Amino acid sequence: MSTTLDAAQDAAIDSAAPVRILLSLPGIHCAGCIASIERDLGHHPGVESARVNLTLKRASIDVSPGVGADELVERLDRLGFEAHELDPGTLSRGAGDRQERDLLIRLGVAGFAMMNIMLLSVGVWSGAEGATRDMFHMISGAIALPTVVFAGQPFFRSAWASLQGRRLGMDVPISLAIVLASGISVYETFHSGPHAYFDAAVMLVFFLLAGRYLDFRTRAAARSAAQELAALEVPRASRLDPDGEHEVPVADLAVDDLVRVRPGGRIPVDGVVTEGTSELDRALLTGESLPAHAGPGTALSAGEVNLTGPLTLRVTAAGEDSSLHRMADLVATAENARGRYTSLADRAARAYSPVVHLLALMSFIAWMWVSGGDVRLSVNIAAAVLIITCPCALGLAVPAVATAASGKLFRGGMLIKNGTALERMAEIDTVVFDKTGTLTLGTPEPTNLDTLDADTSAVAAALAQASSHPLARALAARLTVTPAAIENVAEVPGYGVEATWNGQRVQLGRARWVGAEPEALTAAYLRIGSAAPCALTFTDRLRPGAEAAIAALRRQGLSVRLISGDAPGAVAALADRLGIEDWRAETLPADKAALVAELTAQGRKVLMVGDGLNDTAALAAAHASVSPASALDAARVASDVVLLGQDMTPLGQALRTARVATRRIRENFVISTVYNIVAVPIALFGFATPLWAALAMSLSSITVALNALRLK
Amino acid sequence: MDVLVILIPVSLFLGGLGLVAFYWTLRKGQYDDPEGDARRILNPDYDDAPMPRDDEERP
Repeated sequence: MSTTLDAAQDAAIDSAAPVRILLSLPGIHCAGCIASIERDLGHHPGVESARVNLTLKRASIDVSPGVGADELVERLDRLGFEAHELDPGTLSRGAGDRQERDLLIRLGVAGFAMMNIMLLSVGVWSGAEGATRDMFHMISGAIALPTVVFAGQPFFRSAWASLQGRRLGMDVPISLAIVLASGISVYETFHSGPHAYFDAAVMLVFFLLAGRYLDFRTRAAARSAAQELAALEVPRASRLDPDGEHEVPVADLAVDDLVRVRPGGRIPVDGVVTEGTSELDRALLTGESLPAHAGPGTALSAGEVNLTGPLTLRVTAAGEDSSLHRMADLVATAENARGRYTSLADRAARAYSPVVHLLALMSFIAWMWVSGGDVRLSVNIAAAVLIITCPCALGLAVPAVATAASGKLFRGGMLIKNGTALERMAEIDTVVFDKTGTLTLGTPEPTNLDTLDADTSAVAAALAQASSHPLARALAARLTVTPAAIENVAEVPGYGVEATWNGQRVQLGRARWVGAEPEALTAAYLRIGSAAPCALTFTDRLRPGAEAAIAALRRQGLSVRLISGDAPGAVAALADRLGIEDWRAETLPADKAALVAELTAQGRKVLMVGDGLNDTAALAAAHASVSPASALDAARVASDVVLLGQDMTPLGQALRTARVATRRIRENFVISTVYNIVAVPIALFGFATPLWAALAMSLSSITVALNALRLK
Repeated sequence: MDVLVILIPVSLFLGGLGLVAFYWTLRKGQYDDPEGDARRILNPDYDDAPMPRDDEERP
């Protein structure tokens, strides 16, 4: 697989060879989706092959040069699938992949050795005697020793590292148990002893590697999720050089460069407009849902979206100085604070290691004293104690649950980005929502169309069709009347559209331009001839599933709040619609973070849900945070969970899953503790045989894994 | 018990064969998309490899 991929990537450098495009497909879920997407893409001119990966919800498509991702995204959109382009550079298959394969092959070797040794061990347990038993032990040893040396490396390495750091990690008792068990078994084999622990040593390695592998998989999934989100934004800008326009990476822009931003494009850097007029969507930065006017001299911040006319801007701050970057720094600081959260697994490991070492040492000393200096017997018993207490179940307890839970959430359309996110989300008692772009989609929806008479709506429809402004497009989509016959249509970027109708001048656009008093709500203004202008009001469209999600959170007994940078009128209307009593409007980014801090100081555990740059500080300050996939990069980086699709319904389920998962983890700890309470005395009194060790070890591990699977 | 002389090497050989097969599937990337592969069996189209090397292999 890797060879084919690498070859394809190498070949892509050659300009005649196919280019690989990666698309994220958050909505796919079945065989039908795979088949129709692959078939449909195959029919697209220039597409050489398309392959959907359902596990990663991703498609990789080889196309001949010149075919763009946009046309493929559009094609899939017509087919009914949400698709986003991914930056292949950000998603290069790196060290993580090799590490995963490395763990998997060690796991495979350990599994192979375990099964073969077990076959021989069954022979010994069922009564093989004398020379046969010794030969079985020798063959077992011949399989076990290389296996332990090869497959146990991850544990030996990390144990060595923690010893050098003068700490007692979980891996120290593990390594000690493996080494002691193997060493004693070799000694016993050569002295024709009745018991050899080769099977136990290999089994330990196998179960622990399984836990390690699951853990790695969840982490790798989280990491690749983060990578995928970063790859969603293909960071390019078109720079105006003396010899024309060039597509360059945003990182290459310098202060005083001229950059062109087309309508619909995101402003890549901070700058000042030098040419063009347009309107700006600032929702991601400030939460305002009303578009702002921009003309020469207007200062722009990275992250704003250009709506109507092309703009040329002079870069004032790039890279490290830009406002986006400063915000990212802020987030990094807040994340460090959150990184101090100690996971359940860490707490368990911290309590566990010293106890195990002490127990083994004590049993050795006690047996030396009881047996009057029989080193062989005492070491045997100490090793049995180490093997029995070895945290097979403990090592599986957290990863097995985390794998099951994050898999379940991923199928529901949510990505867990952080290892401790589930545990933190389980403790949540207050949910704070942002408005624009989070509870609403940021897409306007006209509200007072039924009050218009026939002529007015016909003119409005005709004018709206002539513009690409979001308000105009929303109008055109909702007005089903036959458009009036208008002439001399002209779009005035940044203001609106004008035309003549029956010899009268008609205008649709900003309040001041048509001569109207602006209202508090989002509105476009229509003027026909000399008649008084009328306002067409809009409301922001609700995100699908927002109502269901809030109802679900309420049912779970959580307190729900709304906090927005938008005007009070719009916020109040939304809060009323969703039945949220506790809301605040016109908040600054710092106010949002302060509110979260205040709630935290009251002893509440806050879940912040937001998408904009103005939410970033609050997202990072909250106990846990969620953002939609449409959020700004900085906001997604700051959040623990990302909603992949447009729908918000999974949010309610996510908190419930988190709570159940945490309960399962605790149950698993209880199971492994109970097992230790039963098994340790048996080992301490010297009754433990390899058969008992094997039985107890596999029983506890399987119980824990099955308990985790109940989540599904 | 003489039969062990044959049985043990045979069992080791078979196990080793399994190990080699596992390594091969790992190298071929058969664990890259377990969910997709599980569903593709429901797909009526002919599809002969997890990752086609070139388009001739695909109908």
